[in-house]
Amino acid sequence: MQWDIVIGLEIHVQLATQTKIFSGSSTAYGAEPNTQANAVDLAMPGTLPVPNEQAFRYAIMFGLAVNAEIERRSVFERKNYFYPDLPKGYQTTQLERPIVGPGHVDIDLANGQTKRVRIHHAHLEEDAGKSLHEDFHGMTGVDLNRAGTPLIEVVTEPDMSNAEEAVAFAKKLHSLVTSLGICDGDMSQGSMRFDVNISLKPKGSDTLGTRTETKNLNSFRFMEQAIAHEVERQMDILEDGGVIVQETRLYNGDRDESRSMRTKEEANDYRYFPCPDLLPVEIDDAFIEHARSRLPELPDARKARFKEQYSLNDYDAGLLSGDAKLSAFFEEAVSHGKDAKLTANWIQGEFSARLNAEEKTVAESPITGAQLGDLIVRIADNTVSSSGAKKVFETLWNGESDNVDAIIDAQGLKQVSDTGELEKMVDEVLAGMPDQVAQYQGEDDPKKRKKMLGGFMGPLMKASKGQGNPKLFNEILVKKLGG
Amino acid sequence: MHNKSVAELSRDLESGKVSSVELAQQFLDRIKQQDDQFNSFISVTEDQALADAKAADEQRAAGNATPWTGIPFAHKDIFCTSGVRTTCGSRMLENFVPPYNATVTENFRKAGAVCLGKTNMDEFAMGSSNESSHFGPVTNPWGLSNGEKRVPGGSSGGSAAAVAARLVPAATATDTGGSIRQPAALCGITGLKPTYGRVSRYGMIAFASSLDQGGTMARTAEDNALMLNVMAGFDPKDSTSVDRAVPDYTATLNEPLKGLRIGLPKEYFSDQLSPAMEEQVRAAVKEYEKLGATVKEVSLPNAKLAIAAYYVIAPAEASANLSRFDGVRYGYRCEDPKDLMDLYTRTRAEGFGTEVKRRILVGTYALSAGYFDAYYLKAQKVRRLIQQDFINAFKEVDVLMSPTTPSPAFAQGEKTSDPVTMYLEDIFTIAVNLAGVPAMSVPAGFVDGLPVGLQIIANYFDEARLLNAAHQFQQVTDWHQREPQ
Repeated sequence: MQWDIVIGLEIHVQLATQTKIFSGSSTAYGAEPNTQANAVDLAMPGTLPVPNEQAFRYAIMFGLAVNAEIERRSVFERKNYFYPDLPKGYQTTQLERPIVGPGHVDIDLANGQTKRVRIHHAHLEEDAGKSLHEDFHGMTGVDLNRAGTPLIEVVTEPDMSNAEEAVAFAKKLHSLVTSLGICDGDMSQGSMRFDVNISLKPKGSDTLGTRTETKNLNSFRFMEQAIAHEVERQMDILEDGGVIVQETRLYNGDRDESRSMRTKEEANDYRYFPCPDLLPVEIDDAFIEHARSRLPELPDARKARFKEQYSLNDYDAGLLSGDAKLSAFFEEAVSHGKDAKLTANWIQGEFSARLNAEEKTVAESPITGAQLGDLIVRIADNTVSSSGAKKVFETLWNGESDNVDAIIDAQGLKQVSDTGELEKMVDEVLAGMPDQVAQYQGEDDPKKRKKMLGGFMGPLMKASKGQGNPKLFNEILVKKLGG
Repeated sequence: MHNKSVAELSRDLESGKVSSVELAQQFLDRIKQQDDQFNSFISVTEDQALADAKAADEQRAAGNATPWTGIPFAHKDIFCTSGVRTTCGSRMLENFVPPYNATVTENFRKAGAVCLGKTNMDEFAMGSSNESSHFGPVTNPWGLSNGEKRVPGGSSGGSAAAVAARLVPAATATDTGGSIRQPAALCGITGLKPTYGRVSRYGMIAFASSLDQGGTMARTAEDNALMLNVMAGFDPKDSTSVDRAVPDYTATLNEPLKGLRIGLPKEYFSDQLSPAMEEQVRAAVKEYEKLGATVKEVSLPNAKLAIAAYYVIAPAEASANLSRFDGVRYGYRCEDPKDLMDLYTRTRAEGFGTEVKRRILVGTYALSAGYFDAYYLKAQKVRRLIQQDFINAFKEVDVLMSPTTPSPAFAQGEKTSDPVTMYLEDIFTIAVNLAGVPAMSVPAGFVDGLPVGLQIIANYFDEARLLNAAHQFQQVTDWHQREPQ
């Protein structure tokens, strides 16, 4: 049987405010447990929440960026359940009147098409603390540093129909919130967490199947794997004539396994009701316009500009415009290096490879955009070969020097471009390879001849100790060998 | 000395007739000698009080005295006091010492007042007789001479009894459904529940957040005004407090009452009210007419729905507010929990008393899926109707007057087995909390040797008018000066 896959996402985005959503505690990641939890965060008796204006501004910026209506009278509800990392015994969240109403995001697919994913709403809420189950000898530790960190929970319509679309949406959302500067985007620290709702229905059917929710996926790769895993699991059940149980599941990315966390019947009755400690927040035009005035260039606009301004193709422009920090790095490099295409290639090649290998973000890169730009200049004007450039890059990366020209001089990486000197080397090398010269000159097929030309380059580079300009060698060879 | 008002003691301190330390010591001695019969204090903080009194004397010597510098008083044990145990009348917080002050606590501290201790109260402010306290019931000073043990009302029964017995000249209190006015009436003192949002709730342990309001208890209206001067004002730590200028409430106490328009809500002079009580209240209204006020009957047509709406909304909010008492971070924790569920269930089963558990269950039920619309939403609609009733009434009159309670202080144990009868104690006070308007209870006579309270209700933020009306009444009556034997 053929199946349609129906996917909707819920994404928790930690907002990059200095302080918590309802208290003055710092939100910085990685502090000693419970050192960033004050009386309000600990839910000490009599303490009260005070809303953080910046969290509202960030949520509104997000709403504007996804073309959504902003709710003018935003209300907070209490979601009641007991858990040790939930100090008040309820989470302050939004149910009836979320701050961000319906909107949409357009995603680019590998086949070159664009797809619109509708946003159902996005609401403001507080994060819980963390329960630590290891290191306490059968007991559980509670760290409340994270408790009260502002989140927006973005809920999509079930508009995605495969893992590729879901991941493309997730990446687009990541790109949006980091470009907006409202989230640091660090998924390994839980700054963005994805819940995936999946159901299957017979191909073409109008009736949605029973869905499951797979919670707390914190990387794009796990998300892709979890979707594949869950689609397969549901398909197996359905094709065996079974029924899908509506439930919440947990996916273990390391083992590619999932298990049921709770079924619908076991779900809590959260007894939502309006939080009487927080009055409805009235948002006026001036506040919204102020937020709008602070919107930076967004990825879609940036991509269009990169294509226009730097003559990049769609693929390059898309890759370089997605991440705000990467975009800034690219533009800094181009402002020094001039050659946009070459810069784009280096960023996607050597630069990205090194970041990935060392699990670093763009912000943690030891080399600056300006340095890369300086290097691009020396590649473009033939001062260094591409292999020499890699050595320069390596030296910059390791922090041994920060000056491109100084590195080229110190390591003797300057290419020999003196044609007289190069011609002498060509003559010597050809003299030592008479058979190959004869073979070349006896060949009529230009393609094969071009390939055979490559056979002379190795010895030539060796003779020049790697410093001969390959482009010039090539020209001289063609001339000497007679076309 | 113990019969003097805050205003009088303030003058004595200013003139040097007495020092803060002497004053504190005298009242502390009185508490030690007499409170065994009332049980009005949960904690007496003698050392801290004497140190604060010494500091107050120094402050005065340095020329920095306020009207409150060196005045002894007490806090209801619902206001968090940094370094001093704050129990809220519960086993759950029997050993809880907050590391912070409530804003109200802080305001009195800054004014130089000397807190002698923390007063008894119904557990988590849930009760109308002060019999639900983990620290034992409070006995009303009135009726004791006849060998009767009567309730002081609740939930601020400790504060009311302590003021009535002259153990302190003034005490803070809170009012969610009548918890200031009802005990003030039953103990023959003057109490004020301000407009919702007038006094910060920060550090005041929550019962029902949308109804709770901190307020004042003393023997005279003037002392209530002095207290409100210290307590009222916007607090950035409480989003529900209102950013609105605070007048000097003592400045308008002596305004003449000529032309004051009094409304008598006919629903509050119903057959629930005993004839003897009604007689006292009508006599008090007559005094106002003598002072130049005009009187007309008005209607609060939805008043009869107030108790039903209140007993949905207040428990619903309480059920969430009290979830934080889970044995994890502070407060009572059961012995040797075997797992998380055991920790929760035994901690809460052992830490909370019967009335608190009853209200948590009622509130949880009212918020549950399938019942929310029928109970919580319906109650909120009723609440809006009740608010509208008051708004309409205040288009016609300046203040409303009624009895504070349907009957005077009842015997301990009389109503504990029947919660609904107990809930009806607040039949005249509860609508005020649902609407959020300010109201007072003023001593207005006696029935069978027990005090009767006159309730005066005013429009939003019109506390100055309330205090003015009460003060003028106290210039021509002496009910508030009567001392229990």
